[in-house]
Amino acid sequence: MDQNTRFLTETVLRISGVDPRKCMKCGKCSGTCPNYDAMEYHPHQFVSMVENGLIEQLMNSNAVYLCLGCMACVERCPRHVAPGKLVGALAQLKLRKQDGNHKGGNDIAAMADEKVPQQLLMAAMRKYRK
Amino acid sequence: MIYSYYPGCTLKDRARQLDLYARASAAALGLELKELTQWQCCGAVYPAASDDIASRLSAVRALMNTEEKKLVTMCSACHHVLKRTNFDWKQDATFRTRATNYLQPEVPYDGSVEVVHFLELLRDEIGFDELKKKVVNPLTGRKIGAFYGCLLLRPSKVLSFDDPENPTIMENFIRALGAEPVSYPYRNECCGAYVAMEDQKSAQTQVERALNSAVAAGCEELITACPLCMYNLVENATVHRLPVKYFTELLAEALGVKEA
Repeated sequence: MDQNTRFLTETVLRISGVDPRKCMKCGKCSGTCPNYDAMEYHPHQFVSMVENGLIEQLMNSNAVYLCLGCMACVERCPRHVAPGKLVGALAQLKLRKQDGNHKGGNDIAAMADEKVPQQLLMAAMRKYRK
Repeated sequence: MIYSYYPGCTLKDRARQLDLYARASAAALGLELKELTQWQCCGAVYPAASDDIASRLSAVRALMNTEEKKLVTMCSACHHVLKRTNFDWKQDATFRTRATNYLQPEVPYDGSVEVVHFLELLRDEIGFDELKKKVVNPLTGRKIGAFYGCLLLRPSKVLSFDDPENPTIMENFIRALGAEPVSYPYRNECCGAYVAMEDQKSAQTQVERALNSAVAAGCEELITACPLCMYNLVENATVHRLPVKYFTELLAEALGVKEA
């Protein structure tokens, strides 16, 4: 593991509070994930790939933005690994990089139709940009 | 009984009915909801990173500005963020210290406020049996399903709202109003959430799964507490469609104060 990978891995484990070594690889997280089909990497892969030094691959994937944040995998993980927390923290790490915003304020406004609730706009502002 | 009340941004605009019917119903039940004299955004989403202090500051401000013992919320998202931030305040000394150092309040927040959802208030303080007695316009014969979504239930250890896999609070609420509650498997799954804006197809998939499940179980209408679930269930419905109302509208109807 090179220095940058090590730094990213340590950071994401610290800010997510996730311990991938507790995972017993039962696959319940991916089995319950409502957006499994849309995601390039699935909840159980996030756990094993971070543990195996493949964090950059995950950060370069759009899968972090397709996580619905519904916490189904967090609630249902029998080992309390909570893969969803890791996915959310990886999205945060992406945003923290220089020019790391996924969408700007104007992009978000352009995506909104007239019926979008304020709460959704604010959530997008929080999820997609610093 | 007087409660502090945090409406949140959406209840002042897109989800105005959620707020108006809640106020009318509360008055009919003899509950006083006192809106905080000052409030900002709840934070919209609970931060995914434990070192993210700033995103939780506005929730802390709301808790600090709460005069009564209990802070009542209506919107699932506000409830989620405020309750979790309040939980963190009691559990996480680093967060507490950093937030206090930043805010420099005259009187530091002592963590004594209890964040409660209006549904919890109806269940725990009024009681559904008592609520039933106050119904003047029972919704007899209507088959109503509850869509819980995610934010009210999970993570269950922090929210302690109801059984996260087999919730019954909204079904009991529906029964108290004289209607027939219909339980269906996907009532505690995701509506598609904020991803709806960037990837509509994701939201349509979730909504179709939920509505298909609700229709198959015999629901004729749905209720929700969440403006985002409301948006997705209505705007991103494809094959199946059901009328969706906020739970407070149903309550106001049964209490006979909907038109007031």
